Order: sequence, then structure tokens, then C-alpha cells
Amino acid sequence: MGFLWFWLVAVMIVGYVVLDGFDLGVGVLHLFLAKTDAERRTTLASIGPVWDGNEVWLLAGGGTLYFAFPLLYASAFSGFYLPLMIVLWLLVLRGISLELRAHIDVAVWQTLLDGVFGMASTLLTIFFGAALANVVRGVPLQPDGYFFLPLWTNWQPGVHPGILDWYTVIGGLVALSALTLHGALWLTIKASGELEARARKIVTPLWLAVAALTVVSLIATIVVRPVSLNNYFNYPVTFAVPVGVVASLAALWLFNRAGQPVKAFLSSSLYLFFMLAGACWALYPTLLPATTGAANDITLSRAISSPHTLAIGLVWWTIGMAFAISYVVFVYSCFKGKADVGGAAH
Amino acid sequence: MSSELIHRLHFAFTITFHYLFPQLTMGLGLLIVALKTVALRTNDQQWDRAARFWGRIFAINFVFGVVTGIPMEFEFGTNWARFSMISGGVIGQPLAMEGVFSFFLESAFLGLFLYGEKRISRTMHWFSSVMVFVGSWLSGFFIIVTDAWMQHPIAYNRLPNGQFEVTSFWQFMLNPWGLLQYAHNMTGAVVTGSFVMAAVGAFYLLDKRDQNYGKIFLKVGVIGGVLSTILIIFPTGDLHGKFVARNQPAAIAAMEGLFKTESGAGVVLIGQPNEETQQIDNPIVVNDLLSFLIYGTTKAEVTGLDRIPRDQWPEALPLLYYAYHIMAGLGTWFVALMLVSAFLLWRGKLYRSRWVLWALLLSFPLPYIANTAGWMTAELGRQPWLIYGLMRTSEGYSNTVSASNGLFTLLGFMGLYTLLGLLFTVLIYREISDGPDAKAHGAAAHNAD
Repeated sequence: MGFLWFWLVAVMIVGYVVLDGFDLGVGVLHLFLAKTDAERRTTLASIGPVWDGNEVWLLAGGGTLYFAFPLLYASAFSGFYLPLMIVLWLLVLRGISLELRAHIDVAVWQTLLDGVFGMASTLLTIFFGAALANVVRGVPLQPDGYFFLPLWTNWQPGVHPGILDWYTVIGGLVALSALTLHGALWLTIKASGELEARARKIVTPLWLAVAALTVVSLIATIVVRPVSLNNYFNYPVTFAVPVGVVASLAALWLFNRAGQPVKAFLSSSLYLFFMLAGACWALYPTLLPATTGAANDITLSRAISSPHTLAIGLVWWTIGMAFAISYVVFVYSCFKGKADVGGAAH
Repeated sequence: MSSELIHRLHFAFTITFHYLFPQLTMGLGLLIVALKTVALRTNDQQWDRAARFWGRIFAINFVFGVVTGIPMEFEFGTNWARFSMISGGVIGQPLAMEGVFSFFLESAFLGLFLYGEKRISRTMHWFSSVMVFVGSWLSGFFIIVTDAWMQHPIAYNRLPNGQFEVTSFWQFMLNPWGLLQYAHNMTGAVVTGSFVMAAVGAFYLLDKRDQNYGKIFLKVGVIGGVLSTILIIFPTGDLHGKFVARNQPAAIAAMEGLFKTESGAGVVLIGQPNEETQQIDNPIVVNDLLSFLIYGTTKAEVTGLDRIPRDQWPEALPLLYYAYHIMAGLGTWFVALMLVSAFLLWRGKLYRSRWVLWALLLSFPLPYIANTAGWMTAELGRQPWLIYGLMRTSEGYSNTVSASNGLFTLLGFMGLYTLLGLLFTVLIYREISDGPDAKAHGAAAHNAD
């Protein structure tokens, strides 16, 4: 049951990263790729009907985490207090600037909102990457399962690290580059004309950055947390995951060369899936490692809710997610094809 | 500085600001379905345009609800870690279900409702408005289930590690406290939606512009208003009050300012509770009424605060008392105004009754105050418990987060939300002053509508 819920929560996180990831990436590119007002409206229209639904994966994932692993939820959310609050403020600013741009027709304010949207999207991708890296690196957990992290200390991942150190910054840059690439591919599907051409052009340099940073982050992870490889050596078949990372990156490159944007976008989604699955498998069965000694680790068996609770949860979770996926598929099929700038009724 | 107080204020401030938006979302959700239904049945373009106008207001309001709602789910963990640790297996369920069952539904169909009118059929568009309504009301249900368990914990079992688990899923979901509170709360949301719609209608008539729309808004707002303002008192408020009296005697005694146990207890209409002398200063009382309201007989005994140990009194006693009296007082005003308006509407005189139109226009902020005061009554009445009878509020906050860290982020939220409040006001003002026939702004402005 614990194994199952570990992967169900992981699936929700992957769902969030793959889906909200492209609209965050579009946000990062918004200021740089879209020059004219019409182009900026196109980039926003490409995510307008779906970004809110994408963000629901974060809420549903957070709720599932809360329910299945209460100790992890309580410990991590209070321990990462300051960066989480910053994330919340950025999510507020991003949602507001994205939606309100369509309601304000003063050019100066539109420029301001574009700027806020771009900045908030960029910082959020970096924070999310750094957050994941924090979980992989570990935090100074006390025996009672709690901790509190400052934003940074000496930039070294030691016993008492900060949220930001050289390792987690690499994590942030991986997320920034990977999600920007993901967003660029989305635009090659959704945009047309010059904007589409520009998005297509930026894919290659972004791909190179993602590939390089993937290698760097992999090495850095092995340096910072050597036990990450244990699961892989114990179950060599799971080396399929890193192979999947490489294969999906290669497929992305080939499909993009061949002018098949949808397949390239799906390859990018697979890349994100394999990266996250790889990180989860490197951790399992630890959920949050302690820098203060393995005895303080928050492990699966320590954090999991009672079997009865999980059995009840499995019923509604399965039914609910089946519904949810059907809405997602339905909405994406309604809005498939090029973004429709005139489609907004408001 | 007390960490407990800061964390309480943190949650109270962010949830109070947040709930200004969902109450309109849920209330308008229903009224927009009404507009769309008439439009679909009569093929009257005007009702379609009226629905589109309220759709624009709904959309703005919805975004503010979403962005202020995300912090709420995080704050259980960030500010109330010890509580989350112990209760996650129970109240984590409805919180996760809200995401899984209602947010996906709501966001998917809202995207379709707002962006897809030209891509789908009229019936499908009507259906998407219904789904948005269903999604928002489901969302309200899961939140009420969460609160209801904290107010009236049932169907639980305590594990050796201190955590709670649910013993019966359906008993937990159908907590009688939750069902009563849900009925009362959702009616409250319809009151807000009705008053807002009626106020905009009154504004257009008084301003002598868009009068055809003004009449539609008044008609729908007043019909919704008269039904909801009656239902919110009877039966929902009445039953909810009786249930609270039987299960949280301390709360009801403090709400009513009943310091001494009495048979034939009265209702204080006006008066200030004095904590030192333990009596109501300058009260105006209706004798025996409280006994009658709770037990159906004027002689029944109602437990006063004197029977309750001091460390189990809701500590913010006057605040609780005032919150409850403001809610009840405003509720009386709502039903009076809506009955007069409905009568005039029926006689065909409402559109010319300037005084009533003015009263409707000026009353639109009051349901927001009443809904807020109602929630303050519920949550202050539960104190000093976080989970009634099981866990004190002082045992639940995150003790790794210091008071000044909490104050820092509270001030941050206050600043950010002030900005949001200003933006919201400007945007809604513009939508209303541009009127239902105006071309939409920004993205759609270039679109021949």
C-alpha cells in the first residue's frame, strides 16, 4: 500500500510538472519570444483555457500528499516555510497578471502585467527545481521530524544547508531550462507565423542547455548523495529510467528536426516524467532524507497514513482521477489546433 | 508576541479575504445557470448577453478566488503543522477530494464556458455553465466536511502514534453538522449573489441606462434573494443553531451572552457583554425566546457559561457575541428588504420604487459582512478547541515557525491582498460601468462579437 501511494503521489507531481510546466515555460518565453501585442495575446491565448486546470494538479497533488503522508506534509511545509510563502505570492501574482491582461486595454499596464507574468513564471520554475533538489539533498531534520531552513547559508550542501546552495541552484537551472524548452515546444504547436518560427528556432539552443544541465545534475546528485544509486544497483532493470531520459531527449531532437511538434512535445513530457521518476526511485523508500543522520530520515513507513485510511482513499482517488482525466482530455480536444486569439468571450 | 496568535491571525486573515470571492462564485454560479436556462428556452438574445456579462464578472471573481485559495491548502502545513500531522488521515481526504472531484471539473468547464462559446453548441454551453455551478458547490461541500469534522468530530479512531483515522467514510462525509452547515452556508452564498445582481440592476435603473438589463438583473436577483433570505433563517439557520446548542453549549452561551444557566432564557437583541461583571450591559431582551428557539418550549433550561469550566470558554467572547449578533441582525434586514422588493416586483412597481432601488443598491456589501460574521461565529465558537474536545488550538500550530517569521508573511499577505482588493474593485467597476452591451476588453476587443 505504501509503495502504491508513493507512486500515486509521484504521478500527481509528474502530472503537475508536465501540464503546468508548459504554461510556466510559455511564461518564461513570453517576454522574449512575443514582441507585438498580437503575439503576446497569442501566447496567452495558447494557455488561457488550460492553465487554471493545470494548476489544479498542484492542489490535488498537495491534498493527496497531505492525506497519504501527513508527517511529510507537516514537516516539509513548515520547514520550507519562507520559500513556500514566496511561491504562494508568485502564484498569486502570476495568475492575476495572466488573467487580467485580457481585461485591461491600456498599453502601459499590459506591459507591466507581461513583465510580472514573465518574472513570476521564471522564478517559479527555478523555485520548483530547487525545491526538488532540496528533497533529494536532504534537510536538517530533528528527531521529532521537523526542521526549519533559512533561504541560504554558505551555499554548501552540508549538515546545515540553506534552501539555496550550489546543488539546489543546479536543480533550479535544470527546471528552468527543461520547462522553457517544454513551453517552446507547446508554442510550436499552438502559435503560427513568425512567433512559431521564433519558437522553433529557440528549441535547439534550449535542447543543448537541457542536455548539458541534465548531465551536470546527474553527476552532482551522485556527489551530494551517493546512496542515490543504491536502488539502481539493487534492481539493475531500473537503469531503464536513465536510459529513458536519454532516449526521450534524443526523440525530442529528432521529432523537432522532422517538423513534428506534437511528438516533440510528447517526448519532452516523457523526459520530464523520466527525470522525476528517476529522482523518486533514487529516494525510495525515503521521502525526505535528513542531513543530520539517516536515523532522522522521514521514510515511507514512518510517514504513511493508516492502512484503513489508504484503503478508503484508493476508492475515491481512482474514481475521481478517472473523471478528472476525462475532463482534461475533453478540454484539450475542444481547444486543439492553433491558439484562437478571438475565442475569449471576456 | 505569541506564535499561536500570529498563526491564528495568519489563517483568519487569508481565509476571510479568500472567502469574499467564493461566496460570489457559488451564488452567481447558480444565478448564471438561471440566466442561461431562460436564454436557452426562450431563445432571447438579451438573456444570453446578460449571462455573458455576468460570466465576465464571474471570471474576474473566479480568478481572485483561485489565487487566494491556493495559499489556504498550503497553510494547513506551513502554519498548522502539528495539527496536519495528527489529522491528515481524516481531513486530508476532503481536501484532496476537493482537488480531485471539484477543481478539475470546475476549471475544465469554466475554460469551456469562457473561451469556447463559439466552438461548442448552445446546449453544450449551457451544460458547461451547469458544470461550473456543480463544481463550485462540490468544492464548498468538501470544505464544509473538513470544518464540520473539526467542529463535531465523529467516525474517527485514534491510533497509537496520536494520529486520527476515519472509521466510516460515509458517516464522516455525511456528518450532520456538515449537512446543516452546508445548507446554511450555500444559502448564504446565494444571498450574496442575489444581492450583488439586484444591486447592479438597481444601479442601471437609477442611472437610467441599460434599463432592460437592469430589469432582468433585478428580477433574477430579487427572486433568488427572497428565496435565499428566507431559507437562510428557516429552516437552515434554525436547525443549525439547534444543533450547535446541543453539541457546543459553550459556543451558544457565548454567542447569546448567556452567563447564567436559565430556564426560560431570553434572547438579547441589543447589549454589550461585560466579561468582568459577567452580565450584559444595557440589554434589551425578549424573554423566554432562546429556550423556545432551541427546545421548542419557553421553559426549557439553557446552559449558561457558569456551568462551563473557564478554560473551555471561547476566549474571544465579545467578538463572538458581536459577530453572531451582526449576522443575525443583517439576516433580518435581508429578509425584510427582499420581501418588500418581491412584493413590489409582483405588483409591477419595483422598477419605479426609487427608495427600494436605493436600498438594494446600498445593501450589496452587507451579505459579505454577514457571511464573514457567520464564519467568525462558527470558528470563534469552536475555541479554545482546534478539533472540538480533542485538540486545543494551542497544540496545533507549527512551532518550528517563529512568531516573527509568521508576522512577516502575514504582513506580506496583507500588502499583496490590499493590492488585489484595489485591482478587483477597479476591474469590476469597469465591467459594470461599461455595461452588458460593451465590447469586451483586451483579447476579445478585436473580435467582432
